[in-house]
Amino acid sequence: MTTPLHIGFIPLVDAAALIVAVDKGFCAEEGLDVALVREVSWSNVRDKLNIGLFDAAHLLAPVAIASSLGLGHVKVPITAPFNLGINGNAITVSPTLHAAIMAEIDGHPFDPMVTARALARVVAKRRRAGAEPLTFGMTFPFSTHNYQLRFWMAAGGVDPDEDVHLVVLPPPYMVDSISNGHVDAFCVGAPWNSIAVDHGVGHILHFVSDILVRAAEKVLAIRQSWAEKNPAVVAALVRANTRAAEFIEEPANRAEAARILAQPDRIGVGADVIQRTLDGRLKISPDGAIRESARYLLVGREAATRPDPVQAAWLYAQMARWGQTAVSAEALRTAMGVFRPDLYDEALGKQGGAAAPPRAIGAFAGPIFDPEDIKGYLASFDIPRPTR
Amino acid sequence: MSAEQSPKIVIVDESPIRAAILEEGLREAGYTSVVRISEMQSLLARIYALDPDIIVIDLENPSRDILEQMFQVSRAVRRPVAMFVDQSDTASIQASVDAGVSAYIVDGLKKERMKSILDLCVSRFNAFAKLQDELDRTKMALEERKVIDRAKGILMKLKGLTEEEAYVLMRSTAMREKKKIGEIAQSILTASELLK
Repeated sequence: MTTPLHIGFIPLVDAAALIVAVDKGFCAEEGLDVALVREVSWSNVRDKLNIGLFDAAHLLAPVAIASSLGLGHVKVPITAPFNLGINGNAITVSPTLHAAIMAEIDGHPFDPMVTARALARVVAKRRRAGAEPLTFGMTFPFSTHNYQLRFWMAAGGVDPDEDVHLVVLPPPYMVDSISNGHVDAFCVGAPWNSIAVDHGVGHILHFVSDILVRAAEKVLAIRQSWAEKNPAVVAALVRANTRAAEFIEEPANRAEAARILAQPDRIGVGADVIQRTLDGRLKISPDGAIRESARYLLVGREAATRPDPVQAAWLYAQMARWGQTAVSAEALRTAMGVFRPDLYDEALGKQGGAAAPPRAIGAFAGPIFDPEDIKGYLASFDIPRPTR
Repeated sequence: MSAEQSPKIVIVDESPIRAAILEEGLREAGYTSVVRISEMQSLLARIYALDPDIIVIDLENPSRDILEQMFQVSRAVRRPVAMFVDQSDTASIQASVDAGVSAYIVDGLKKERMKSILDLCVSRFNAFAKLQDELDRTKMALEERKVIDRAKGILMKLKGLTEEEAYVLMRSTAMREKKKIGEIAQSILTASELLK
């Protein structure tokens, strides 16, 4: 007896565990007959999950929280029993902006405080010269990319709402948009940063792991009502995805995983580009410079797959910081309740759960994040927003 | 319906034919203020400039995410709400998603009015899908006829058959093997390529 499921995804490397779980047959071995449906927009994924066309979905972690809180859209409580990725994004800038930042830089270019301050000087110079504000692309109003860009530039004194334009762009449009000057920079997941570098139209300025040591990126999202009615299916999904995440992290399996992900109906880009991301070995400049990081994208290592409610609280705090919502104890509880380590542990038969990761966020600026004191945390930043 | 009352509708669709079909339907129903956008560059700026009451967008369009920005506190004058805002009407939501269309309405527009516009969009989108389907099938039939003609030619040449005999041979083979005549013809072409 198999359970048919429809699961939506966006063609990005952080859907790796889900895609491998299905295409390597791990889901089938758990008795799940999964049809993966490739989608073109986060709005579609969210709406189709909300109305039940999808049983589960690869979803931006902040969208799962926003949906549960009814922010910006219909309120549909979402459950995330599995984390599909930690980190994985990068900030790419056009060759022109890269040169401008490098001309102002005073320190190591991988230090985000150094680049953020350089960006502030670039912004000030442009203003004096009467130039148009810089435009930064990100993927969705409720996206890690939006918050990561804002966190970074605000630390250097750039007000993301006043000093630059932040615009939503679908990931597949990023490369064209930086190439034709529609944006000067963007923050997006793999493979789009690498593709911009390969086309010679962008430099990877930062891995997001420079900005935040550990940031939840995508989750396996399920409607709460459905999850409550189908606990065995949820557990089976968690097991199949965990197995896939572990498979991907095994270096000997990387080439096979990259081939599976590269299929035209999955991510649909070259296997070599995907493998670079999984290996954390990225070309960051059109001249061929390579940068390696063990933290670029965590799929299955360092307990990446276990949802961490502190991550949900941090994302909620960013929504509050930038005026998308007001701070309330109840909403914070709801946000943290979206991430369900208990369901994860139950599925894998773990007692008491995995050891807590050493640093939940590890931001390069600001105080250590404390979910118990979000108001204090928010008050510590120089560019505050009045909360509504 | 007077022009004054007619809400301003913007259609965002990269398919010019479908957008035209939709516009025609809306105009026939008395909605005279309709603007089509097929170019996705600077989409948001164009929408803000037009200041529509309703935005209709196809679900295959990645630019839907761009429209989500309108929900943010922004410099936009008016804030739109999503089509899916009324969860009680699941049938109409389901119908629109199945048809592949989504709509955003600006606060203040009457619900019944929105519903009639959305229903119209759904039926036009479905009509377009049907048309597309028929076109695809016609194209396939044409392709198949070409393949059959070429296979007939090969049989006539190799086996010294008349045109009719060649056709009958393919048809009887197809019936015996429970296949379509097009598939048999394709096998003949493939085999003749291999044996060249």
